[in-house]
Amino acid sequence: MSLPSHLWEIKEHIREVALDFGLDPFETIFEIVDYEQMNEIAAFGGFPTRYPHWRFGMEYEQLAKSYEYGLSKIYEMVINNDPSYAYLLEGNNLVDQKTVIAHVYAHVDFFKNNYFFSRTNRKMIDEMANHGSRVRRYVDRFGIEIVEDFIDTCLSLDNLIDYHSPYMERRRKEETEALTELPKIRAKDYMEEYINPQEFLERQKQKLADQDVKNRRFPIEAEKDVMRFLIDYAPLDSWESDVLSIIREEAYYFAPQGQTKIMNEGWASYWHSKILTTKVLDDSEIIDFADINAGVLATAPGRLNPYKLGIELYRDIEDRWNKGKFGKEWDDCDDLEKRMSWDRELGLGKEQIFRVRKLYNDVTFIDEFLTEEFVAENKLYTFGYNKKSGHWEIDSRQFKEVKSKLLDQLTNFGNPFIYVKDGNYKNRAELLLHHKHLGTDLDMSYARGVLKALHRVWKRPVNIETLFDEKGVVLSFDGTDYSEHPTTYEPI
Amino acid sequence: MADLSKIKQDHRRFKQIVRGKIKRNLRQYMTNGELTGKQGKELVKVPIPRIDIPRFRYGQKDTGGVGQGEGEEGDSLGDGQEGPGKGKAGENEGEKGLEVDVTLDELAEIMGEELELPNIEPKGTEKLQTIREKYSGIRSIGPESLRHFKRTYKEALKRQISSGEYDADNPIIVPTRDDKRFRSWKETSLPQSNAVIIYMMDVSGSMGDEQKEIVRIESFWIDTWLRSQYKGLESRFIIHDATAKEVDRDTFFHTRESGGTMISSAYKLALKIIEEEYPIEDWNVYPFHFSDGDNWSVDDTTECMRILTDGLLPRSNMFCYGQVESPYGSGQFIKDLNEKFTIEDRVVVSEIKNRDAIYDSIKTFLGKGL
Repeated sequence: MSLPSHLWEIKEHIREVALDFGLDPFETIFEIVDYEQMNEIAAFGGFPTRYPHWRFGMEYEQLAKSYEYGLSKIYEMVINNDPSYAYLLEGNNLVDQKTVIAHVYAHVDFFKNNYFFSRTNRKMIDEMANHGSRVRRYVDRFGIEIVEDFIDTCLSLDNLIDYHSPYMERRRKEETEALTELPKIRAKDYMEEYINPQEFLERQKQKLADQDVKNRRFPIEAEKDVMRFLIDYAPLDSWESDVLSIIREEAYYFAPQGQTKIMNEGWASYWHSKILTTKVLDDSEIIDFADINAGVLATAPGRLNPYKLGIELYRDIEDRWNKGKFGKEWDDCDDLEKRMSWDRELGLGKEQIFRVRKLYNDVTFIDEFLTEEFVAENKLYTFGYNKKSGHWEIDSRQFKEVKSKLLDQLTNFGNPFIYVKDGNYKNRAELLLHHKHLGTDLDMSYARGVLKALHRVWKRPVNIETLFDEKGVVLSFDGTDYSEHPTTYEPI
Repeated sequence: MADLSKIKQDHRRFKQIVRGKIKRNLRQYMTNGELTGKQGKELVKVPIPRIDIPRFRYGQKDTGGVGQGEGEEGDSLGDGQEGPGKGKAGENEGEKGLEVDVTLDELAEIMGEELELPNIEPKGTEKLQTIREKYSGIRSIGPESLRHFKRTYKEALKRQISSGEYDADNPIIVPTRDDKRFRSWKETSLPQSNAVIIYMMDVSGSMGDEQKEIVRIESFWIDTWLRSQYKGLESRFIIHDATAKEVDRDTFFHTRESGGTMISSAYKLALKIIEEEYPIEDWNVYPFHFSDGDNWSVDDTTECMRILTDGLLPRSNMFCYGQVESPYGSGQFIKDLNEKFTIEDRVVVSEIKNRDAIYDSIKTFLGKGL
């Protein structure tokens, strides 16, 4: 249902205020829905026209239940699309709706202007509907069991994509023509012996031989987009290949939302506060707003609230650039008092936060703007599981530790780094994946589940090499049995 | 806008998958008893293994994360069971194994299909009727508090139109006394079938915790099944060593005595309860007795057989005896029962050696459809 007129006027007002502040959103279409519709849309990840799959039903059951029990409700839902779509929950009070509308406009501004969203499909609503009808066609032909089962298989692999590939052309090395002649440095005959001595020629020979070996490898370079590799080389029926492509495309579409969670939610929270408290609310509404806002920004032990971290970082950046707390002079200053009262009155804060929202993602955002002062002021800590006590405990409040842990978690979207290392492993067309071990072991029981899915696609034995308990191991699945073999693990 | 039938379809698929999983793993659920602690009034929480999609991910306990708030280094954030999750900033999908709510009726249905349990033909169905009052009728007299506004308005409208008083430009409807309509009740009679389960358990020293756990798990499944078969189900609990007493459910599973064993004491008490409170015409009676089979004396066993033949059996649908194995008991009683009641269908005995035997034991007990 489209907005009733009083909400429409409020929305228009908020939009104008947002534009005045410099936000630049897509046109946004608001609809008002009841909680059942909201749960349904949310269960579909925002796209009611998606392909049929049981997990949406599962999601729906969980959302519906947690709403019924009063544990949670979804206030807002917004879709990265041009025009954007946003859903408001019917029956929320007016201050809720105002907050949500402002929040939504900031999200849409982020979708439109953040670099990491620049390659996402802005007609994704149509594309999802298209995917839905393709899958439904396969269901009609092959039956829901078979198609859904294959979708399960693909979903097991949907984090095996190259999260950065949309922004760069990966070098696909063309077969380099084998050099027949030994590369030498040009020299006059009488100098030949000195310029191209025997050892040098030997080294060149070796280099060529190495290159030959490498060229015979498949893939030539370890491939991070495992899904792409499977689409290209796995023996799939055309419908299977299509379904795999659909799941891959949707994974890439959703990826930036995961890569910019802190930034995006922080940005939206920053602006809903600013817009509402300066231009929209009247005095009687402030308490209600403070109540909602406190809920959004609440923290709990052992959980990091991306809304809270994000908004505080933007505010910190704004303050630092307003006062000129950056650059060499600032970095070199260890006089505490001087630092406290530092103010160059540059007024660059606003410009800077808009720049940040354009160019950064969570990893670079944290890497560049998380400061020691910020960590102390916001009481950030790292925690870990203490096997002895069986408790999760605070490990450290050291800036370095907090930062590196945070970056660890954000890098690659919290997923392990997995590559295709060899598509002709043991010269028997087996598949060998490589887990780039960065200090944390894989969950082996889940790994087995994924290998099973991989086998369904590759149709030949599949293997993954990793480190487990500091020992190199190859975990294999041949279609019926799992096996583990020790190996010498060489990082790639 | 969202097409409502679409999510319903996905939801149905999800339910089907859950149901299939429960069915396939029923034996395991019966063996480890993990359902029994998660039972509410009508729902039971069923942990479903691996319904989430497996993906490559890090082993959980090693990872930890970053948090925000008060506390010293080394302070606990709460126990590991709940776990603060991975604390990562990405999505938190599929973190834990899933628990699904299943109604007890559904669980009984799945159990019935998987164990091929026949439905029970309850006795007393025709005789016993319960009368329900439902406010589904309409009368022309009644208290104001039950006035049916819509019907009253309709009557008034009809009257005014037919008498020509109705003015379409100024549609004021004024009901008179005769127009008023009131809600009233109608009596409907529902057939009712009642059953009572009388659980008896030997709590003498030779019954250990594991034995009691087995009884606890069995009783959960027996309850579940019989509840699906009868509208009203009651349970009574008797513990005995050399003497018997009636207790509540909680005490039943947690009492440990050290005395000897006189099984007849329990049978006498059960008989007394049935005679006093559960007239045979109205009730389906199910005595279940669990013991390690080590009775005090041959004389007492003879007494037991007498009570069974003359008292309990004529008043019960069936009599079930489950013998759990304990390192101390002789296990004689089951042999005695078998000898005495070779041709009596309604005496069902089952030996439950360990937890794995629960599944078959339930099947034996409930497989007759009595």
